[in-house]
Amino acid sequence: MFPAPPTFEDLNVWAALPVIILSLWASVLLVADRFINNKFYVAAYSLLGVGISLVIALFQAGDLFDIGESGTAFEGMFMADQFTYVVNIVALISAAIGILISYEYLERTKLDRGEYYILLMFSAAGAMLMGSSNNLSMIFISLELLSIPLYILSGIRRPQEESEESAMKYFLLGAFSSSFLVYGIALVFGAAGSLDLGEIVVVAQTISEQEATQRYLLLIGAGLITVGLGFKVAAVPFHMWTPDVYQGAPTPVTAYMSSVAKVGGFAAFLRVLVTGLPIIAEGGDAAVWVDTLQILAALTLLLGNLVAIMQYDLKRLLAYSSIAHAGYILIALAAGGVPGVGDSAAQAALVYLAAYAFTNIGAFAVVAAIEKDDSTGTTMDDIKGLAVKRPWLAGAMSVFMFSLTGIPLTAGFIGKFWVFRAAMDAGLEPLAVLGVLTSAISAFYYVRVVWNMYFETGDAVVPERQQYLTSGLVITAAGTLILGLLPFILENLVRDASLAILR
Amino acid sequence: MELNEWAFIGAFFMLSWIFPAAPVIINKLIAPNRPTPIKRETYECGVETVGDTWVQFKVQYYLLALVFLVFDVEMVLLFPWAVAYNELGMFAFLAGGVFILLLLEGLVYAWRKGALEWT
Repeated sequence: MFPAPPTFEDLNVWAALPVIILSLWASVLLVADRFINNKFYVAAYSLLGVGISLVIALFQAGDLFDIGESGTAFEGMFMADQFTYVVNIVALISAAIGILISYEYLERTKLDRGEYYILLMFSAAGAMLMGSSNNLSMIFISLELLSIPLYILSGIRRPQEESEESAMKYFLLGAFSSSFLVYGIALVFGAAGSLDLGEIVVVAQTISEQEATQRYLLLIGAGLITVGLGFKVAAVPFHMWTPDVYQGAPTPVTAYMSSVAKVGGFAAFLRVLVTGLPIIAEGGDAAVWVDTLQILAALTLLLGNLVAIMQYDLKRLLAYSSIAHAGYILIALAAGGVPGVGDSAAQAALVYLAAYAFTNIGAFAVVAAIEKDDSTGTTMDDIKGLAVKRPWLAGAMSVFMFSLTGIPLTAGFIGKFWVFRAAMDAGLEPLAVLGVLTSAISAFYYVRVVWNMYFETGDAVVPERQQYLTSGLVITAAGTLILGLLPFILENLVRDASLAILR
Repeated sequence: MELNEWAFIGAFFMLSWIFPAAPVIINKLIAPNRPTPIKRETYECGVETVGDTWVQFKVQYYLLALVFLVFDVEMVLLFPWAVAYNELGMFAFLAGGVFILLLLEGLVYAWRKGALEWT
């Protein structure tokens, strides 16, 4: 009557061990938190859970101790390969740094609720699952697991109006964009008859031979999925929520959100488009969405970088800068649709995401460090003369700004190098040129931040030095420099990441 | 898919309008109409609303509704699980157990958080 139930070996459960541990840990901590009065311990235990999960993820990535086999798990729902492992590592490191930079900020703004750390862990689990989904329904569920905690986190500073507004906007627009994604998934399912990426790709490859109904269903479905995920990664023209949400949310939340949501969103984007839907149109050999994504990337690069020039508030500036950086990753994504470049484009995107995660969390952490208790003090004027008052903080901020610009010897340069190389390999020279030009534009506003810190004098009061936040800053700054000076670390990590299965 | 297969969906769409509309219209046409004040009340049983409905509700209502959802969703999935229990084996037992534990956790959290107290 029923098929034989699977065993643990069939399911390959251990392959998903990092995400299982993380979500289990968060679940237990959620109840335990009600019995722990000192929230320092909740933060410490969360960090411990993330750490254990990270160690296992590193073992998996380094192929030590045979924790789970590579390949599919959970009857094809879950994919454990190098791509998964790298996404896991990036998401977990972001979560760990996110916890480190949050503790003192939450304490001094009277926000020390234990749920904060638990929600943060759940959303990290969502991002990890997005990187390992091999099935469209999994992608949707893990997207919600990533997003819903972030909606709550951005509104966690509750009586404050900006935070509430930010949560409301993020929630409404996020739910709206999810509906696009679901409709897209439904149409793809209608055309391909399966939600499994490995089966969809067979239909997608032979699309020009399909009947017209099926062909249009698949194309419209792919388009709607692009819109839905485009919202999540803040690609122009779906970026409208980003500045307001990033500005209104508490700064450590913004730091964490801006990197982890991008990691998860782009991981799912790559999985869906490169693995599942490389739709080959009649008479061409590149995927049909390459042109669409090129346009999105060009718009995102131009708008993000140009509008960022006019920003006075640092959080808003970094919000537009994060839109701009989505543009660079979109270049890699567009390159992923060209035959033969799929894998190297996915690797470039991973390298960029890893470099960006470190740098961007660090940049926002500096903003969190100079922000006052009433969430003012984040403007361009407030960092004037920072180099005199807090030389190390200013030094760290300079590292992050140079890395975001893409100056050599920083992680940002390595990321941009990989992305532009993938674009050249794919024959998308105009886009690569645009990327270089907009990087040059971006230098204007990033360097202005550095200029204000070192060559202007100001009398803004900066909060006391914060121990844990500083340790987070040390890790991010060191990470930014190490990844920039020793590029082979990332190269070895992503070398085996492979997404394009049929070509 | 042939195009005339879509015609079935069109037919269903039209029928879905006709079926509910027809009884209402027929009723209107042939039923005797003798209204009295009692018959014209909004609810057949129940009290008429007093005052404006746009008043503030206690937020506890929403919390209770959310906790209720825990049990409601549980029922939908656990009923078939329990009915087919003998044929499912160890794996499905564990899967169901994990599911119940997760829901239990939600309840314990809401309880400890004070969502069940009416004050």
